[in-house]
Amino acid sequence: MRRAFAIARAEMLILRRNRWLFMATLIMLAFALALSFAGSAPTGTLGVDMLTVSVASMTTLSVYLAPLLALMMGFDAVAGDRDRGSLALLLAYPAGRAEILLGKLMAHLAALAVAMCIGFGAAGAVAAWFGGAGTESLMALGRLVLTSILLGAVFLVLGYALSALSSGATAAAGLSAGVWLVFVVLYDLGLLGAVVMDSGGVFTQKIFPWVMVANPADAFRLWNVAASESVALSSGMAGAASALPGWAAPLSLLLWPALGFLLACAAFRRVEP
Amino acid sequence: MDNANSPLQIRALDKFRGRTQVLHGIDLDIAPGERLALLGHNGAGKSTMIKAVLGLIRHEGGSIRICGAAPGSAAARAATAFLPEAVSFHPALTGHEQLALFARLSGERADIEGLLERVGLGEAMHRRIGAYSKGMRQRLGLAQVLLGRPKLALLDEPTSGLDPISRQDLYAIINELAEQGAAVLIASHALTEVEARTDRIAILRKGVKVADDTLAGLSAQAGLPVKLRVQASGAHTDRIATETGGRRINGASVEILCSPQQKMAELRKIAAMGDAVADIDMVPPRLEDLYRHYSGEDRK
Repeated sequence: MRRAFAIARAEMLILRRNRWLFMATLIMLAFALALSFAGSAPTGTLGVDMLTVSVASMTTLSVYLAPLLALMMGFDAVAGDRDRGSLALLLAYPAGRAEILLGKLMAHLAALAVAMCIGFGAAGAVAAWFGGAGTESLMALGRLVLTSILLGAVFLVLGYALSALSSGATAAAGLSAGVWLVFVVLYDLGLLGAVVMDSGGVFTQKIFPWVMVANPADAFRLWNVAASESVALSSGMAGAASALPGWAAPLSLLLWPALGFLLACAAFRRVEP
Repeated sequence: MDNANSPLQIRALDKFRGRTQVLHGIDLDIAPGERLALLGHNGAGKSTMIKAVLGLIRHEGGSIRICGAAPGSAAARAATAFLPEAVSFHPALTGHEQLALFARLSGERADIEGLLERVGLGEAMHRRIGAYSKGMRQRLGLAQVLLGRPKLALLDEPTSGLDPISRQDLYAIINELAEQGAAVLIASHALTEVEARTDRIAILRKGVKVADDTLAGLSAQAGLPVKLRVQASGAHTDRIATETGGRRINGASVEILCSPQQKMAELRKIAAMGDAVADIDMVPPRLEDLYRHYSGEDRK
């Protein structure tokens, strides 16, 4: 564990040095603020406070941004060191490969957390200032930040796995883009197509919600939606959320980082530097 | 004959890459304080062997023991220091930060500043590695070898990219390591360098160990001829050439090749010629000749 912290410390320095931390925070802040202001229109018609609407639109934003930021940090984790030729030396030191990945994960996750807290926090504060906020909408904001970090963790470890499996950093970047596209865009499109084809049959009733929640990006959306009625109302996802037991989405989103980490470790163990 | 005190003990090591065998039954030992030069062409298996010793790659046959521990085990990693060929680090870190990371990983309370001063990076320790020259990165690599008194140091082409002064410094540090009791393995191409600075020489050819002895031992085994160059005084060159069976190489010199055993007999013969001989030079076979002999260029 001490070694994992040593790795985390160095990785954190690197993230700060190459302005990653700064850029990620800036991106989150800019998008969250833009959405908060743009999404302030429909508050009257839905009868919810502005922070709730803001959280609903930021949930949609986070589905795209959190995986993207995480993959951009994760793809270089193993492949970058191997391309540089510094991996062999690192592995000659008495730190296990799981420890090395854990250290990187801690640093990357901390960076994501900083970006999320500042970005969503600032946007939430703006929304609350102008449009009012209640206990429920504050809870929803907190949930959004936490689940966004979890979603980031999923794609960080997936990025590590890709990084270990691919032949170099460039290939890992390409694979990461593909994974992002599949999980965030194509998966939902495919499901949508299946539902349309099925036109209200057994698949739509029984199977579809479970297939949907198996995707961490959708689990993230469902968790945020199911936990807050008013967020569900304003994001129009109440249907799918109500068909599943309440634990399904949190379980999926908690299971993915753990399984992904094991996958990344297994892939890393096969790497011969 | 498993010896837990032996820093490195390799027995019948086999390694395959796909279907081709890249290491064939290698046996190798290094004693504490011994400096071994591992020589061979590119692709002879030097780096592969080092990686197998580090536990970075699996081997298919034979055994490796580092101070009695299996390669890649915690005990083996703690006992081993490694300098990769053309070492590199993350360009965003400073030399000091990088070395501090390695110290924390190995669990050593090390004098980071002192070590960096020792390898000549005192001025540059707080600059980013991205701004270092190749030689400076190599020095930083060397500094991490010195962390925590290794029992076995594996140096892969340690002098590549270093200027002559730096090479001298490097060998001074290697000698220091050996004096502290570390077994040092130097994989190298630079034959003239390792000739005088190592205790023993092993030569790999296409994954087979073809030689493993001291320089003197290798010379004796190889039976390479000693070169005697006799300078004639006056017009005696032809006479000397015919009497000794040597070859005239210019107007006044004759070159004689003889086996180490015949050497004294030849010398006596030349001495008996009296004034006809002005001077004599004796050139024993050098490591380059030995290397060429063992690595196959002279072999049928």
